[in-house]
Amino acid sequence: MSFVVELSNAYARRKSRSQSTSWFAAHEARLMWRDFASMMTGGKPHRIITVALILLGLIIGAHWFVAFLLQPVTSAGLVVNKQLLLIISGSLALLFSLMFSQAIESVTRAYYARSDLDLILSSPAPSHRLFEVRTMVLGLQTVLLSLFIASPVINVLMVLDGIHWIAAYAVLIALGLLATSLSTLLTLGLFRWVGMSRTRLIAQIVAAIVGAGFVIVLQIIAIMFGQGFGRLSFFMSSETVAASPDIASAAWVFSNAAMGHGWAALAIVAGCGIVFFAVTHFSARRFAEDVLAAAGASEVQAKAKPFAGFRAKSSLRAVLRRKEWTLLKRDPWLISQSLQQILYLLPPAFMLWFNYGQGDGIFYVIVPVVVMAAGQLAGGLAWITISGEDAHELIDTSPIAPRTVLRAKVEAVLSVIGIILIPFVIVLSFFSWKVVLAMVLGVVFASVCAVTIQLWFRSQSQRSLFRRRQVSSKAATLCEAFVSILWAAAAGVSLLNPYISIAPIAIIAMIMLLAWFIRPPRDA
Amino acid sequence: MTQELALKVQGLCKTFDRPAVDGMDLKIFGGEFYALLGPNGAGKTTTLRMVAGLLQPDAGEISVFGSDVLNDPIEARRKVAWVSDEPMIYDKLTPMEYLEFVSGLWGVDPSIAEARSIELIEWLGLKAHQTERCGGFSKGMRQKVALAGALVHEPQLIILDEPLTGLDAGSARQVKDVLLSRVEKGTTVIMTTHILEVAERMAERIGVIANGRLIAEGTFEELKGRSGNKSSTLEEVFLELVEGESADAQGLAA
Repeated sequence: MSFVVELSNAYARRKSRSQSTSWFAAHEARLMWRDFASMMTGGKPHRIITVALILLGLIIGAHWFVAFLLQPVTSAGLVVNKQLLLIISGSLALLFSLMFSQAIESVTRAYYARSDLDLILSSPAPSHRLFEVRTMVLGLQTVLLSLFIASPVINVLMVLDGIHWIAAYAVLIALGLLATSLSTLLTLGLFRWVGMSRTRLIAQIVAAIVGAGFVIVLQIIAIMFGQGFGRLSFFMSSETVAASPDIASAAWVFSNAAMGHGWAALAIVAGCGIVFFAVTHFSARRFAEDVLAAAGASEVQAKAKPFAGFRAKSSLRAVLRRKEWTLLKRDPWLISQSLQQILYLLPPAFMLWFNYGQGDGIFYVIVPVVVMAAGQLAGGLAWITISGEDAHELIDTSPIAPRTVLRAKVEAVLSVIGIILIPFVIVLSFFSWKVVLAMVLGVVFASVCAVTIQLWFRSQSQRSLFRRRQVSSKAATLCEAFVSILWAAAAGVSLLNPYISIAPIAIIAMIMLLAWFIRPPRDA
Repeated sequence: MTQELALKVQGLCKTFDRPAVDGMDLKIFGGEFYALLGPNGAGKTTTLRMVAGLLQPDAGEISVFGSDVLNDPIEARRKVAWVSDEPMIYDKLTPMEYLEFVSGLWGVDPSIAEARSIELIEWLGLKAHQTERCGGFSKGMRQKVALAGALVHEPQLIILDEPLTGLDAGSARQVKDVLLSRVEKGTTVIMTTHILEVAERMAERIGVIANGRLIAEGTFEELKGRSGNKSSTLEEVFLELVEGESADAQGLAA
C-alpha cells in the first residue's frame, strides 16, 4: 500500500513539475537555442565552433571599430549638453523602433507559425502559463537583439568614459520589454479590431514600416533641411539642438538613465518591467483564446470575385509569368518586404527632389542605393519564384522544358524590377542621361547576377520558408550581397570615372566565378 | 482495356542508401485500372515518381504510350498526369485560376479548358469554393483541386500516389467515381494505395511490390489462386505474399 501512495506522490510531484512555469521556460529555452543554432549553422551542428569563432571575431572587430571612433570624442571627457542628449535619445529611439518591429514580427509568428500549438492546447497543461513564458521569451529575444547591436558602444563607453554607462544596459532591457509589451498589445488589438485573418498581414506591414520608417523619416527630415544623408544628421544639426528642450527637462529621462542617473534608470526599469509583467499576465489568457480562434485561419481570404472566364490562349512562358506575378501580388509577407526595400529608396528620392538643379553630388548617393536595392530585391524575388515553387511536382511533370520554366521565372522577376525602376528613370532623365545609363546598367547587371546566383544555388523549397532562405545557403546569400554592393559601387564610381569601375567589376567577376565553382551539384 | 501498352517498364533500378527499386518490370495496358500495392518502403512511390519523370532512374527503360520517358520526356509528359498524396497546389490561387494555369501548361485551348474546368469543379463538389483561394482548403478539397488539375488536360495515363489518404468517405467516393468514369472512357489509371478494399473493388489488375521488385501480379481472382485459398481476402493474399518475400529475402541474406 505504501508503495502505491509513494508512486502516486511521485506522479503528482512529477506532474506539478511538468506543468510549472519553469518547466515551460526550459522547454521554450531549448527550442529557442536550437532555432538559433540551426539558423547560425544552417542545420549543420559541426559548424557551431566555426560560427562561434566568426561571431567572436565580429564582436571584437566591432569593439575595436567603436573604440577607434569614440576615442577622440571621449579623450577630453564627454560634456553633457543638448547635442549629446539628443544623440543618445535618437540612438535609443532607433533601437526601440528596431526592437518594436522585431517584436511585432515575433509575436505574430507566435500566433500562427508554431507547430506545437495544437499539442499544447489539446494537452491538460494550463496553456496560459505557456503563453506567459512565450511572451517572456519573446521579450528576451527582443532584448538580446538590441544588446547585441548596442553592446560594443556601451562597453567601449564604460572603458573610456566610466562604469556609469552600464546603466545603458538596464535602459535597453527596459525598452526591449516595453517594445514587446506594446507589440503584444497591438497584435491582440488587431485580433479584436480587424479579425484574425487580417492580423498577420497588417502586423507584417506595420513591422516593415516601423523597422524602416523611423530611419527613413529622420533621413528625409535631414535632407529637407540640407543636413545630409546620415541617420544621426538630424540629431546633430544646430536647428534640432536649438529646438530641443532644456538640459534639465524630463524629456531627457531616457538619455540621463542611460548615462547612469540612478533614479531615472530605476524609474524606467521599474515602469517598463511593471508594464511588461502586467501585459504578459493579461495577454496570456487572451492568447490562448485567440490562438484557438486563429486555428485554421492561416490564409487571408480575399473577397471572392465572380469567375470572369479563362484568358485567351498565350505562350507557355506567358502562362508561367502570369502565375508568378499573381502569386507575388497576393503574398502579404512579400509585399511587406518589398515595401521595406522600396521605403529605403524614399530618402534618395527626396534628396533628388530637394536638390534639383544643385549639382551632381547627389547622384553618387542615389545611383548606388537604387542599384543595391534592385540587386537585393531581385535576389529575393528569384528565390521565391525559382526555389520557392510550391507546386514543383506539377511543373516538373508538365510538358515544358525546364529551361523554358526557368526563363519564364527569370523574366517575371526582371520585369518586376523593371517596373520599380521606371519612376527613377523618368525623374533622373530630367537631370542627365549619363546618370540614367549608369543606374540602368547597374540595376540590370546587379539583378542578373543576383538571379544567376539564385539559379546556381536553387533548391526545392516552399515560399513560406522565405525567411530561412539565407540559412539554407549562406554562400549564395553572401555572394548575392557582395555582388549587389559591388555593382552599386561600380555604378556610383562610373559617374566619376568609368575606368575606376573596372576594379569593382573585376571583383564581381571573381565572386561570380567563385559562386559557380562552389554551386551545389544538380540532382537529376 | 485495350492491348495497347500504356506503360512499359523494363529493368528499372534506383538506389538511395539501399536499392529502392531493383530491376522492376511492369506492363500496363490502355484503359486499365491498375493498383500497385506494397508495404511501406517497398518502392511503389519511387517507381511511380520515375514514371512521372520526377526522379531519374539509375538503370532501366520507361515508355508511356510509346514515348520514351527518359529520352523524350516532354512528349511523354503530354500524356501523363501525376497526383501525389500531398497535393501541391498554390495557396494564393483559386481552383479556377489553378485549372486555368494547368491548362496553359498543357496547352489546352482556353475555351475547351474552361468548359472542362467548370464541369470538373461541379463534379468534384467544389462549385461553392471556386472563387476562394486554396490556402484555406481542407486536405480533401486540396486533393480534389489537384485531381481536377490532373484531369483538365485529359491525360491518357493518370498516376496517383495514395490519393485517398486523409479523405472523408464522401470525398473518397467522389474521387473513386471520377477515376472509374475516366477508365470507362479509356483513360489508364495507376494508383498506389494501402486501402486494400479499394484495390480489390476498383482495380482490374493488382501488382504487389516488395523490396523494390514486382513479386506478384494479376486480377484479384488470379492472386487468390496463387495463395491456394479461394476464400481468401486481398488482405490475406497480400500479407501472405509480402511475408513470403520477406522470408525469402532474409533467407538470401543469411
